[in-house]
Amino acid sequence: MRNADFSMGEQESRRSRRFVERERRELRREVLISPHPELGLVAMNGPNDPAPSLRVEGGQVVELDGRDVGDFDVIDHFVARHGLDLAAAGEAMTIPELEVARQLVDVDAPRPELVRLSRALTPARLARVVSLLDPVEMMFALKKLRARRRPANQAHVTNLKENPALLAADAAEAAARGFAEVETTVGVSRYAPLNAIAILVGSQTGRPGVMTQCAVEERRNLQLAIQGLVTYAETLSVYGTEAVFIDGDDTPWSKAFLASAYASRGVKVRFTSGGGSEALMGRAEGCSALYLEARCLAAIRAAGSQGVQNGSISCVALMLSLPAGVREILAENLLAAWLDLEVASGNDAIASHSAIRRTAKLMGQFLPGTDFVTSGYSVMPRYDNMFGGGNYDSDDLDEWLTVQRDWQVDAGLEPVGEEEVVAVRDRAARAVQAVFAGLEFPAITDAEVEAAVFALDSRDLPDRDRVADVTAADRVLADRISGVDVARELDRHGFPEVAEAVLGIQRQKVSADYLQTSAIIDPDGTVVSAVNDPNRYTGPGTGYRLEGERWQLLQDLPHVIDPRTLASGDEQPTLLEELHVASIGNRSDEVVVAVGPAFGDGLDATINGLRHDDVLAAIEAGVREEGAEPRLVRVRRSSDVAYIGHDGARLSGSRISIGLQSKGTAIIHRADLEPLDNLELFGMSPLYTLDSYRAIGRNAAGYALGRPVGPVPTVMDNFARTKLIVKTTLLHARETQAIVVGAPAVEVALASRK
Amino acid sequence: MSFDPLTDYPLGTQRPGLVETPSGLTLDDVSLETLRSGRLSGEEIRASAETLERQAAVARAAGREPLAANLERAAELARVPSETTLDIYTALRPHRSTAAELEGWADRLDGEFRAPLTAAFVREAAAVYAERGLLDGRARIPTI
Repeated sequence: MRNADFSMGEQESRRSRRFVERERRELRREVLISPHPELGLVAMNGPNDPAPSLRVEGGQVVELDGRDVGDFDVIDHFVARHGLDLAAAGEAMTIPELEVARQLVDVDAPRPELVRLSRALTPARLARVVSLLDPVEMMFALKKLRARRRPANQAHVTNLKENPALLAADAAEAAARGFAEVETTVGVSRYAPLNAIAILVGSQTGRPGVMTQCAVEERRNLQLAIQGLVTYAETLSVYGTEAVFIDGDDTPWSKAFLASAYASRGVKVRFTSGGGSEALMGRAEGCSALYLEARCLAAIRAAGSQGVQNGSISCVALMLSLPAGVREILAENLLAAWLDLEVASGNDAIASHSAIRRTAKLMGQFLPGTDFVTSGYSVMPRYDNMFGGGNYDSDDLDEWLTVQRDWQVDAGLEPVGEEEVVAVRDRAARAVQAVFAGLEFPAITDAEVEAAVFALDSRDLPDRDRVADVTAADRVLADRISGVDVARELDRHGFPEVAEAVLGIQRQKVSADYLQTSAIIDPDGTVVSAVNDPNRYTGPGTGYRLEGERWQLLQDLPHVIDPRTLASGDEQPTLLEELHVASIGNRSDEVVVAVGPAFGDGLDATINGLRHDDVLAAIEAGVREEGAEPRLVRVRRSSDVAYIGHDGARLSGSRISIGLQSKGTAIIHRADLEPLDNLELFGMSPLYTLDSYRAIGRNAAGYALGRPVGPVPTVMDNFARTKLIVKTTLLHARETQAIVVGAPAVEVALASRK
Repeated sequence: MSFDPLTDYPLGTQRPGLVETPSGLTLDDVSLETLRSGRLSGEEIRASAETLERQAAVARAAGREPLAANLERAAELARVPSETTLDIYTALRPHRSTAAELEGWADRLDGEFRAPLTAAFVREAAAVYAERGLLDGRARIPTI
């Protein structure tokens, strides 16, 4: 009884250290919840989601997803009037959901037919169909249904000081890195005109044709567009319940009107929606995130938007608290693509504290490719991201590029070296400096330019006179300073190529080709959209494939090295001299030290950088310390440490040897053991010092002299392989090339001591 | 001039001759030379109603009816001053307008701006707003 009581108490107070460690991980700062459908906290297939239904009488929808026309809310009314192909609906609504779902992943079911079908399905049915797909099927369907053939990406460019030189430099870097769109916003809304000018100048310096936007209040945004300072907008938010829509101070009609207003001024528009927003605003009406998003997307398409930014967006962390939340987000992106909308697929707001979880989520969009894989990749450090974002930021650029290279997937970023980045940042910062000077705005100093080029973040930049800056910003609006004025100043101050690019953007406003679905602009001014570059994927060998020049570009990262330059180069001096064919020794206190074919001849150091002659000297010293006598031989017929060691043991008078590869891997062997067996194996060559080799020498001598031997303590670094596997491979290849087939071992001496 | 919405896109590269600003500038006019000669000013550089109509035709030919309708409304709004456009937008926001006020905007769009599609769109909104209680609160206060 006493023992039992004791152990119970022990169990209560004692924590598993492994559980405690896991609780300290970043992941555990997040809350996971079970579904709570009444509050809309359910990802998909909510118990209160309506059953799909559609009844049409006299060309009018009289029932939509279980709701009678008399009970329609404003979203139902809008979708019923503008969002359904009623001619096709009668038949389409009778096709079993599973059959439609299977068509989504059937390479022989062409995209145009599926798009036509989507227009005949109600929001509840759309949600149900995509719910039938598992994550890989969704990814496949997304790849197939994306509107534009070629995927692209969007950048976020902001900084806390709203420094124009830094904005321009970051926008230029974003453009140079291949982003097709650059979005900025403001901390103080009066700054908007200056920020818009800074990223316009910066982006066009980096790469002509990059589209820009400044996310501010609609009236201000439209004014900036009219003045030719921005080219697109994605601030038009839509919600899946009437209550939240109205709380957002809009209706489907007002939003649709606004979209037409933007288009009338040559502004590309993308709406915004995303799962979880209705629950967050307390008015989800008990429905699942996916069903409400299907309503949003139906309304967005009905409004005539060419596209949408969706995939939960700013509520992503809420969706990730729910079971199947990540799958729901992918389902949203898929639904939008199926409805023939351009998709900017989120991945901008921080999804999780856990880098593993963030990237696992990203793969849903990254691998299939979307029109814009992120709705904003933070080109600067997260510290300066004013979108509440930075899910991926400047620190992660090399990872992003490497993951593209790993999968042979184009997710919109191109590798650019430091020299080129510095140059383009410098040009952009100087260009905006010239524009500010020409327009008599508060000066951008040379010190600011310099800081902007090399900065980590805005803390590296001097403070500006914010009162003077906002006064200048007000003047941009009052004096109607336009993109043409910006181009004029660029031209006058020695930046004609940037001026030409800014004028190129003005020309785009005239032809308005970028108002078509999924439009981006190539550096030569050609608009590429779903009209002239549609996604026609129909299985292997079709659609967008990362091949040829583009694949070469995306695999040649600046820090990639040519393996031919490693472990080769100049012929190394010969450290060992070959004496004669080795015979079997007759001294019982002898330890043969058998080295590999390239040891000290072709190669001259271990993977840890120890010179081969020093290593041999250390081993010899260890053997002698213990009272035995070393003899050096080279095994020429094998580069395998087991055979090098075993051949050595068979030559050794004591039957004991040390085998040693050029990269530093060592073995203590005995002649009567099987070749692949051993007394001790030392496989962690990157960690060994000369002392390690001396200890190996002492132990081998101990075995030779028949003394009890305690093994050399094992050291381990599980990342050594990751870090050094390439070097290991190359060193071993060199050793293997030095093999002389069938050649007997030869006795050698250190050249210096011959 | 003939225009084939199936083959003439992008207009800027396929049919640059068809494209000009509302004030008659061609794409070639939007150049550094014109800029240097001082004959270029900012806000006139935008798409004309005709260009937006052609873009609507492109969208329709590509099977995108709602986008085409949006661009047709945009073509109509290209003739409406920006301030007026923004005022109509505000009027369409919830609880901003009475039925009569929305009808007033629809009338102006029809008559003054020759924008019948947008006018119909505003009228349609007014009807739904009346049904859903989204008109200006004043309208629902009974008069004595």
